[in-house]
Amino acid sequence: MDSTAIIDVLSRTVPAAGLESVKAGDGMPTLYVAVDQLLPACRALRDTPELGFAFLADLLPVDYYPRQPRFEIVYLLASLGVAGFGDTPKRLRVKVRVPADGVVPSVSSVWPAANWSEREAYDFFGINFGDHPDMRRILMPEDWEGFPLRKDYPVQIKQPVKVYEPLQVSQEQFVANIEATRDRARKD
Amino acid sequence: MPDNEDIPVLLTTVDKMVNWARRSSIWPVTFGLACCAIEMMAMSASRYDIARFGAEVFRGSPRQSDLMIVAGRLSRKMAPVLRRIYDQMPEPKYVISMGACASVGGVFDNYAIVQGVDQVVPVDVFVPGCPPRPESLIYGIVQLQKKIDRSKAFA
Repeated sequence: MDSTAIIDVLSRTVPAAGLESVKAGDGMPTLYVAVDQLLPACRALRDTPELGFAFLADLLPVDYYPRQPRFEIVYLLASLGVAGFGDTPKRLRVKVRVPADGVVPSVSSVWPAANWSEREAYDFFGINFGDHPDMRRILMPEDWEGFPLRKDYPVQIKQPVKVYEPLQVSQEQFVANIEATRDRARKD
Repeated sequence: MPDNEDIPVLLTTVDKMVNWARRSSIWPVTFGLACCAIEMMAMSASRYDIARFGAEVFRGSPRQSDLMIVAGRLSRKMAPVLRRIYDQMPEPKYVISMGACASVGGVFDNYAIVQGVDQVVPVDVFVPGCPPRPESLIYGIVQLQKKIDRSKAFA
């Protein structure tokens, strides 16, 4: 099933999704989706029986600075081709174009696997996933300034290393901290 | 009063005694950051056998340790953790910076890695190499022992 066939199936469900097929050098079916129609398109990719892309293998941003729109987000999907998950095993690469100040709808409601990947994309590229359930940094220190994998970010930082003062916590703060962590764990 | 020959007496100074005790049992804290830690483990295992120098007891707690071997690249996020573990060690305490990354950042000349752990903790011995061979690290520990021997225990 090549990308034009996938677009044919997909445009039955989401006709105005700005679908556009591109030829990828590795031969993998690749298509662009308009950013405002991303969520319905992703849902259709997952739920249409002959597609059945139930598995989000990876999600990664690319910085094309200084080109406009600046970012592209690549979703690597797989259809397992087993009972209930598509008719044949196949892969698909979905891309969206995002301007520097743009908002991308979070697909973590479609594929829960997107949750941490989108946090990573925010952490390193500063991409705003509007309705993400838990939009925090995931790998860098919480108080880090800037987004280090952007093309206009300096490679080296000539700043003194942050070493924090010995932790001084009052009993109330300590209890509140534990309760907040527990509540967050329950919510997840 | 018996003859002098019957009484086993050794004369020394308190400094020498204390330094001898300190240098003969340098217990490192278990703190491996990257691939250098593999060489550190090799050093502590039977082939290179750091027990010959009294430093084989890797402690799980900084409270029981005398030496911190910073074995690997230190990220800026890890720096406060390293500092806290160092602060938790009781005096006297020593630091060996093992390998190129810990000493000067090594190949990781970027935003994420601390360019030398001497920005975070005071370092006694730098061991070069990428990674250093276990013999190099043993040599570093012997150098540290010499340094302890030269020090004044009650200055």
